[in-house]
Amino acid sequence: MTDGAPGNAVVLQSVSREYVEGDVAVVALKDVSMTIPRGRFSMLVGPSGSGKTTLLNIIGCIDQQTSGHVEVCGHDIKALSDNRVADFRAENIGFIFQGFNLLPVLTAQENVEYALLLLGFSASERQSRARAMLSRVGLGDHLHHRPNQLSGGQKQRVAIARALAKDPEIVLADEPTANLDSETGRQIIDLMRTMQREFHTSFIFSTHDPQLISEADETYRIRDGIVVERSVKELVA
Amino acid sequence: MIIRIASRSILRNARRSTATIAAVAVGAVAMLSFSAFKNQTMIGLQTAIVERAGHLTIFREGYNDFGTANPAAYDIAGYTELLGTLRTDPELSPMINVATPVVALGGIASNFALDTSKTFAGQGILPSDRDKMQRWNEYGLSGGAFQTTGLRDDDSNRGVVGSGLARMLGFCEALGGQDCPRSAGHSAATDADKRDFTALVGSDRELNRTVSTTPRIDLLASTAGGAPNIVQMDIGQATKIGAKELDDSFVRMHIGLAQRLLYGNAEPRATSIDVQLHHTADLPAAIDRIKTLNRTGKLGLEVRDFAELTPSYGQIVGMYTAIFAFISIVIGIVVLFSIVNTMSMTVMERINEIGTSRALGFRRSRIGMQFLAEGVLLGTVGATAGVAIAVALVTTINGLGLSWMPPGATVPTPFRLLLAGQEASVFATWLALVLISVVATVLPAMRAARMTTVDSLRHV
Repeated sequence: MTDGAPGNAVVLQSVSREYVEGDVAVVALKDVSMTIPRGRFSMLVGPSGSGKTTLLNIIGCIDQQTSGHVEVCGHDIKALSDNRVADFRAENIGFIFQGFNLLPVLTAQENVEYALLLLGFSASERQSRARAMLSRVGLGDHLHHRPNQLSGGQKQRVAIARALAKDPEIVLADEPTANLDSETGRQIIDLMRTMQREFHTSFIFSTHDPQLISEADETYRIRDGIVVERSVKELVA
Repeated sequence: MIIRIASRSILRNARRSTATIAAVAVGAVAMLSFSAFKNQTMIGLQTAIVERAGHLTIFREGYNDFGTANPAAYDIAGYTELLGTLRTDPELSPMINVATPVVALGGIASNFALDTSKTFAGQGILPSDRDKMQRWNEYGLSGGAFQTTGLRDDDSNRGVVGSGLARMLGFCEALGGQDCPRSAGHSAATDADKRDFTALVGSDRELNRTVSTTPRIDLLASTAGGAPNIVQMDIGQATKIGAKELDDSFVRMHIGLAQRLLYGNAEPRATSIDVQLHHTADLPAAIDRIKTLNRTGKLGLEVRDFAELTPSYGQIVGMYTAIFAFISIVIGIVVLFSIVNTMSMTVMERINEIGTSRALGFRRSRIGMQFLAEGVLLGTVGATAGVAIAVALVTTINGLGLSWMPPGATVPTPFRLLLAGQEASVFATWLALVLISVVATVLPAMRAARMTTVDSLRHV
């Protein structure tokens, strides 16, 4: 399995995903084969309903393919139990959602700490990590604000801090700028880019935001559940 | 973090959470208030019985089956030695408050002057012992007022009668009774009948010609040997007895008078020994010790506790326990569905959060635990608030100084709901409500844990 080499964050071979809605079978992904290298800013691009979110869910181990083979960070996800998959997500994958998905009853700092709960850190370690990461995303003076006291951009910064605080292999972001105005979206993109370079994390996005696509190291264009095009930006030495 | 999220989630829907906590608290208050009332009734009844007849009674073997038909045939000879043994036994004596002899007897009571008579059921007692028994107040229910026998140890001719018997024998007004009815009937006795009865009492009458203002009756009974015997009894007072049949026939007298009537000039005996303990909790140990003494000394005795001798006690306790169980079950069901409803709504409102937590790596079991913690927290807060409110309510009601007539009582007693000393019962109620909240939360929590991550994240 040459594609499963250490240089690849994700390897998909002949992956298909079908849903049954009522009596109708819906094919979301059709025989997708692709590799996403580590440490890159990768975009899954396509119109609504093209299958990019389904692909992102499978890469994020929160959905499973109907057929085919998926390796994430070198692990065959389908071979793992439900609990082991959860543990794998906790250790290796960070999520940034379009709707931010912060827990409304927790402060910014607690939301970041929440993601660290499962990793065996002590309470003081969790707190210091959360504070440091929030400072890093520019929210050092908003530690004790709850989500309803933050703007959309600030919420997404908390989500970025939450995703990166555990130092994951991969950060998956599903249309992270869709709910933000263009200026705030630009700032969030710059922040993610900076963080990606700083932490050498693999960022994989699903998006159709041109601002975000322009930042991509690699772009995978998807249409009707099929990867129709892959384009790679030349890396500047 | 689980508890922090649980408590904040509860506060997030303050109105709904308050309603649920209130439902649990009201349930706790209802259960504990009724429990306190039940305790008061049962302990009040127990106190009334124990004040009157002690915790246990020692009879000669067979008395309970046959002795009431012929008490003298089942009496306890040498009862003073038995009393001495009970009072000096190193195991028993610390437990015993009073051990006192009783002579049970029956016969005919008559008022010669009015030409009336009535069968009676009598009891000979030692007044000072009975007065001491009346002061038994382990649970503090008497409020300091004690009903005495109205008799004295040094006046062996005196007794008390039921108010019904006093009325029938024509002593209602003389004994200070109120609303004394006039008899509409006429004497059925012929002069010959009068003479017959007078003949029996004649010798005593001739000897006691002194005019007395004290109401006096003649008591006729057969002695242990089978001969008719008569004594005169001065009536100290009429007392109201709860049951009419007993009120119409009750006579309590000094034990000396009862022994004169039942044994004449023979050796005085007792038909039973009533034993009152300091504490009801000592009852099993006291019975065991008396049985041991009976067995080793081959005394031919049997011992019965107050519950055996008063079957209505067990019936009343059973009835109240059944009502309490029924009320508890109804309240439990209401609390159960209240929490099920609240937690189901909570789960439905937080589907997206469930998906987020699952995506972050939380296992299904952890998701379930989160909701379980919320349900248990709701139940615990409600149950704790309910206990606090119930204690405050009971304290307030007890402070009002109300009185009432509990089952088996003949005089009003203070209305005191009993939660103090019932810590185990209070804790059991609290624990039951918390456990109900656990049970109520299990299904919603399982539903939350089973949700698929992708569907949960899609939920808006």
